[in-house]
Amino acid sequence: MTKVDSALPTISELRAALSDRKAAATDAAKACFARIDADDPTIHAFLALNRDAALKTAADIDAAAAKGESLPALAGVPIGIKDVLTQQGLPATAGSKILEGYQPPYTATAVRRLADAGAVLLGKLNCDEFAMGSSNENSAYGPVRNPHATDRVPGGSSGGSAAAVAAGMAVATLGTDTGGSIRQPASFCGVVGVLPTYGRVSRYGLIAFASSLDRIGPFAANVRDAAAVLQVIAGHDPCDATSSTAPVPDYTAGINAGVKGLRLGVPSEYFAEGLDPEVRRPIEASIGQLRAAGAEIKPISLPHTRYAVPTYYVIATAEASANLARFDGVRYGYRAPNSNTLSAMYRQSREGGFGPEVKRRILLGTYVLSAGYYDAYYRKAQQVRRLLTNDFLTAFNGVDAILTPTAPTPAFKLGEKVDDPMSMYLADIYTVTASLAGICGLSVPCGKSSDGLPIGMQILGKHFNESMVFRVAQAVESLQQK
Amino acid sequence: MSNTNTATERVAISDVRRVAELAYLELSADEELRMQRDLNAILDYVAQLNELDTSAVEPMSQVSEVLGNASSALRPDTPVPCLQRDRVMASAPETDGAFFKVPKVIER
Repeated sequence: MTKVDSALPTISELRAALSDRKAAATDAAKACFARIDADDPTIHAFLALNRDAALKTAADIDAAAAKGESLPALAGVPIGIKDVLTQQGLPATAGSKILEGYQPPYTATAVRRLADAGAVLLGKLNCDEFAMGSSNENSAYGPVRNPHATDRVPGGSSGGSAAAVAAGMAVATLGTDTGGSIRQPASFCGVVGVLPTYGRVSRYGLIAFASSLDRIGPFAANVRDAAAVLQVIAGHDPCDATSSTAPVPDYTAGINAGVKGLRLGVPSEYFAEGLDPEVRRPIEASIGQLRAAGAEIKPISLPHTRYAVPTYYVIATAEASANLARFDGVRYGYRAPNSNTLSAMYRQSREGGFGPEVKRRILLGTYVLSAGYYDAYYRKAQQVRRLLTNDFLTAFNGVDAILTPTAPTPAFKLGEKVDDPMSMYLADIYTVTASLAGICGLSVPCGKSSDGLPIGMQILGKHFNESMVFRVAQAVESLQQK
Repeated sequence: MSNTNTATERVAISDVRRVAELAYLELSADEELRMQRDLNAILDYVAQLNELDTSAVEPMSQVSEVLGNASSALRPDTPVPCLQRDRVMASAPETDGAFFKVPKVIER
């Protein structure tokens, strides 16, 4: 529950300090950079820093605060951005050599909204290459280490985003989640990570992995801060045809309403064999606390759960093979030197620029879409996707939210799973279901393993019901503090 | 680890090469063997989807199908300014300022 270091203020503490006209924004930004300078040589959360521009923004916010001007919602809040999101003026590598040095010509909508809200953007965060991975060991720029235990992974693909908050290097960060890449690192690093409903946050400026699955979401040290960041980035964007026009409610209103009278579903399929007892214990303890606080805990079934991982790896890789076709050395990124023909240039640039996991997924995706296999694999997976989604729609008729472990184990050791892709893929077993269905959720810290490693509880809500998810998560967090 | 195509192996080396060609990837011999092993392991796992009878199930490609808001995405067909050329060409590996320069296209 407590982060590794709590020297940074929460968003509301920062706001209060700004109102007191102390140089709060500059102090917060300097504290972040001091922590980055001290610890990031080990942790490696950041790939690029925006020091001068960040300190200037912080100084401008402090000056405005000193004059008593009204301040935007996230004024002075130091925030890091996962490197699959574009921010003009900083490189965007997507954790890949194929985009080494790439300077994007535009800023992602989610990033722009943070900047417009007065956030102090610290820099770009390390991640698995093209967001493909569950450990941040697939970054072409080196792995990220878990601040709680530096011989362990932070999770992935948003490992840098989770680690930066856990290590006190940022008050909040943006990550992305396609199959669990916000929730699982949040669990491993002991921070809050939010999966907004698909379409809740614009994907404009997100380097695409799987377009029907990708979502942008916040990490923070506590539930309220995560809600405050989502508040700013959520909402329709005409630049993203899949972004939703559903109204954005006030996510912090009702966040302290507690769980009395709520029906919380616990699906049996997520508590079967394969769940590490080190995870089961704090999750069940947390569920017990929620029951004592007045929630009705209802056993439910999500019967198609075991088909989610294979479904996900067919759909996500198929979409990725299409999205990554654009990296061909023509318009941007790495171009292999001395190619004699155009097609040789394509092949050699892609071979030279992509890492092994990316190549594996492109090949798998191409295979399942190819003639003769499309019906057996891709179309089949799309059908199972509907069955998995219907499981949730049915369940939400009887419960307000669903509680599960986020990951089947605590953070594993660096190198432990790199040689076994299937074992790595199975780390996503509790997160891919919500990814496929498009529903919302988050991971909130709910205890520790006997080794002291953080354990997260996943809370899932129906489409556009983030408010309910925040309400339950806030209760989990508050009960931890007793 | 055998690299011969047994009757139970879904993916042969020739399949790996075919798919690599489609995906414009040039794999080394080592990579081909590794990819063959990995693809077989993954596809063996994926095969369990066949346990489900989905004959009456519509494929789902977009979450918006379920939410019923698929058609709100269109805008009027009026031209609006797009990215400026100089900003785009600044990222180009090779350019004359107007075009992306590439090696010869026609190979024959």
